[in-house]
Amino acid sequence: MHELGIATSILESVQSAARRNPGVHITKVGVKVGELAGVDVDALQFGFECIVKDTEWEPLVLEVESIPRVQRCPKCQHEFRMTDYDPQCPQCGEFATQCISGEELDIAYMEVDE
Amino acid sequence: MSRVEVEKKVLNENQVLAEQLRERYRQLGILCVNFISAPGSGKTLLLEKTLERMDKRARVAVLTGDLQTENDAQRLAKFGFPVKQIVTGGTCHLDARMVEKHLADWKLEDLDLLIVENVGNLVCPSSYDLGEDGKIVLLSTTEGEDKPLKYPSIFFKSELMILTKIDLLPYVPFKAEVAKQNARRVHPQMEILEVSSTTGEGLDTWMAWLEARRRKAKEKAGLVSA
Repeated sequence: MHELGIATSILESVQSAARRNPGVHITKVGVKVGELAGVDVDALQFGFECIVKDTEWEPLVLEVESIPRVQRCPKCQHEFRMTDYDPQCPQCGEFATQCISGEELDIAYMEVDE
Repeated sequence: MSRVEVEKKVLNENQVLAEQLRERYRQLGILCVNFISAPGSGKTLLLEKTLERMDKRARVAVLTGDLQTENDAQRLAKFGFPVKQIVTGGTCHLDARMVEKHLADWKLEDLDLLIVENVGNLVCPSSYDLGEDGKIVLLSTTEGEDKPLKYPSIFFKSELMILTKIDLLPYVPFKAEVAKQNARRVHPQMEILEVSSTTGEGLDTWMAWLEARRRKAKEKAGLVSA
């Protein structure tokens, strides 16, 4: 529902990078979207295509990488992919594990033609 | 072709503004909470009951967000505290800029507690930091017990879940224990309170929770001794 706003923010970041680097042609923007970010990747792609369509940015490609939720165990330091909302450490049985990734909504990289 | 690493938040602009707001609140010892739920879970009624129970001298203000109408601000204004409506005009969430804009003509020095009532929506508000100390998510007994599993992001990011409309438990199939288990599956450390804004059950505990958090914000700012 708010993916269009997020798509707009991504495009604005690219435009601002383009203004700061005259003569550099940005062809692709890579974004990381965590499982817990509350963002639907398909809706984001669709929204992005809609806002660049018929503009000078139409050739710009949005590449989305989905980031799974990963927990770390404070007792044995084991890191594991959390599935089915089960926080228990599969190695030592600890329940109070901490979320270390899955909340991302980050611009990771841009690809440029020089 | 070459690749340039960026590592920047997509909502960086919102994030920067939210951090500025958070720093202002921190310096002044203001507790800011962000109320989030589906439409109709009872955010506004719980806020009415909260304001009704506040000491008349309490330094509290409310920002309330909706797509349209000033109805909620009118409901909340009758308790004599400063209240402002944020009409988003269609946007499904509040962002830090809207909060900053609506705070502009209030003197923050006069506040201890700022309550932000977000637009009724469990999805989009979870992505926008408003500079709050904590998010509070409401789940009512007329919804499904599996909402925390369906909308994990907001339940993960909220420090407190308030189960509302518990006076209806005898009449609805909702199982409070199952809902709480689901919430803790998504967020094991989450605090959970149960209230009925209609009968008043649980409101004392909620008011105590809020007062304890308000005190903590003051202590952090060094404005009262611990």
